[in-house]
Amino acid sequence: MVNGLLDRAGVDAVLNDLDEYAIEEALRIVEPLNEGLETPQHTITLISMGPDRATEALRKGLSMGADDAILISDPSLAGSDALATSKVLAEVIKSGGFDLVFCGTESTDARMSVIPAMLAERLGWAQLSFAGSVTVDPASSRVEIARMTDAGVETMSANFPAVVSVIEKINEPRYPSFKGIMAAKKKPIETKTVGDLGLSDVGLASAWSVVDDATARPPRAKGIKVEDAGDGGTKLVEFLAEKRLV
Amino acid sequence: MSSVLILVDYADGKVAKTAGELATLAKRVGSVSALLLCKAGESGPLIEQLKSAPIDSVIVGESDLFATHGIAALAEVTANVMSEKSPQALLISSSARGKEIAARVAVRTNSGLITDAIDFSNSMIATQSVFGGSFTVHSRVSHGTPIVTVRPSAVEAEAVTSSPSVENISISLSPTSQLTTITSVQPAVKGGRPELTEAKIVVSGGRGTNGDFAPIEAFADSLGGAVGASRAATDAGWYPHTHQVGQTGKTVSPQLYIACGISGAIQHRAGMQTSKTIVAINKDPEAPIFDLADFGVVGDLFAVVPQAQAAVAAKKQS
Ligand SMILES: Cc1cc2nc3c(=O)[nH]c(=O)nc-3n(C[C@H](O)[C@H](O)[C@H](O)COP(=O)(O)OP(=O)(O)OC[C@H]3O[C@@H](n4cnc5c(N)ncnc54)[C@H](O)[C@@H]3O)c2cc1C
Repeated sequence: MVNGLLDRAGVDAVLNDLDEYAIEEALRIVEPLNEGLETPQHTITLISMGPDRATEALRKGLSMGADDAILISDPSLAGSDALATSKVLAEVIKSGGFDLVFCGTESTDARMSVIPAMLAERLGWAQLSFAGSVTVDPASSRVEIARMTDAGVETMSANFPAVVSVIEKINEPRYPSFKGIMAAKKKPIETKTVGDLGLSDVGLASAWSVVDDATARPPRAKGIKVEDAGDGGTKLVEFLAEKRLV
Repeated sequence: MSSVLILVDYADGKVAKTAGELATLAKRVGSVSALLLCKAGESGPLIEQLKSAPIDSVIVGESDLFATHGIAALAEVTANVMSEKSPQALLISSSARGKEIAARVAVRTNSGLITDAIDFSNSMIATQSVFGGSFTVHSRVSHGTPIVTVRPSAVEAEAVTSSPSVENISISLSPTSQLTTITSVQPAVKGGRPELTEAKIVVSGGRGTNGDFAPIEAFADSLGGAVGASRAATDAGWYPHTHQVGQTGKTVSPQLYIACGISGAIQHRAGMQTSKTIVAINKDPEAPIFDLADFGVVGDLFAVVPQAQAAVAAKKQS
């Protein structure tokens, strides 16, 4: 990137599901590198797969400071599972000349926090996931993270290109400024279809798994409520004993 | 003979209890092959421990490359074993790492993946609890070899004595599985208490503790339980984030969940509402947590909790 070895200079970022922590982290890495440059050398591209209304979320990312966005929107993508989603995203990333891909760790819907690993596998890139901190050294094209999970903290590093996923505690995402919001209105959002990517086998019809049934959990039966009259703790333990929980 | 492959998890020379749980589920489908990937020279004692689970064969791959390259390396070898042995299914524990290994193996073998299952039937139907436990979903893999990650403690491990056959495989890795280098590891410090997501009893504290978790911890200890916290408590720095229960924290489903000074916000409920029995202690009779509670005490937790703890202690003595 800075040393001009790559065909398209710049650190780029992509979002699977619009994730402010990932955008914020990419901005924090890119902004110092662009400082003092007449034309920014390092850019951030947002990538999202979703219905047309996802442009609103993309617009927010652009107003935070990302440069442009790609939206893959196609009716045939409805019902895509993680394998299909990662396939589509990988196809977009491949053609982008990116150095780094930033993702959130877990989307709020059911994408199971497996997309970053799937992307790395599909792209044949390094996987640096569950990052609680990220350090990028453009001179050596290396990125190091502290992976933070229940198992503990692991320090790991790799050369570009790499897929980095960040955890929620990594930063405090900024609020878009008024200037940022105005600037975002002029930033390009490119829309692509599955056909544009040359893919056909994605979407519900060719999903890798099927749901047989889904049932709402019955509401909990009404419980007992007692007012503490100096014996609340004792009553509580009597209840536990009755239930054989103590 | 159909067999199911399970990936064995371990730490500090100890096989995780999830190995027995995965084996118990796998056994419903067919014979059980356990894949043990570890450092050179580490496998002996681990294989011994696998003899207390229903396992028919152990496939052992020893290499120092697993510690250096982590998930990508483990995934490549697992996928290769899948191709060679053609198991009926692959079961892995639903940890961050287990899910990522499963994800990569799914891509490599072009197989469907189901994560966070709480059950797996003899006809390979997986049960999941979704949207914060408000829905139960049954699903199955329709393409390739089913790869299913299973939540810890979702099922009771069958205790048996087995004498599995042992097969050693040699490990070689492609360059793309060696792109990431792990340079240091600090394992999480384990307290004396059970793991939050694995505990049979969880006692949680919220903003109502006003920063004092001592009574919560003492009560949890008297019950042999784990300690949880609401986001209000973790954000205030009163308790570590790793103990947060809820939408952006852990999902727990213990036999008994005791919420102390927690209002019961929807995001908190999402992490605990599938608990078997729920108890709430809150001084506000209108607190929404009472809608979930099988037993609720309207009162000051600083009076109720220590009294309950003393009552549990007294019961133990008698
Ligand atoms: C996107 C998002 C994600 C979130 N994720 C989570 C999550 O994962 N987990 C989570 O917990 N929250 C989460 N939250 C926050 C959630 O909305 C609530 O703000 C939070 O759960 C409140 O915590 P609390 O119940 O401890 O505090 P409060 O809501 O302030 O409740 C405190 C309760 O303590 C009672 N109380 C006070 N003093 C005493 C006393 N001495 N004795 C007895 N009772 C007393 C009060 O009556 C009150 O009911 C999330 C919010 C958002 C927006």
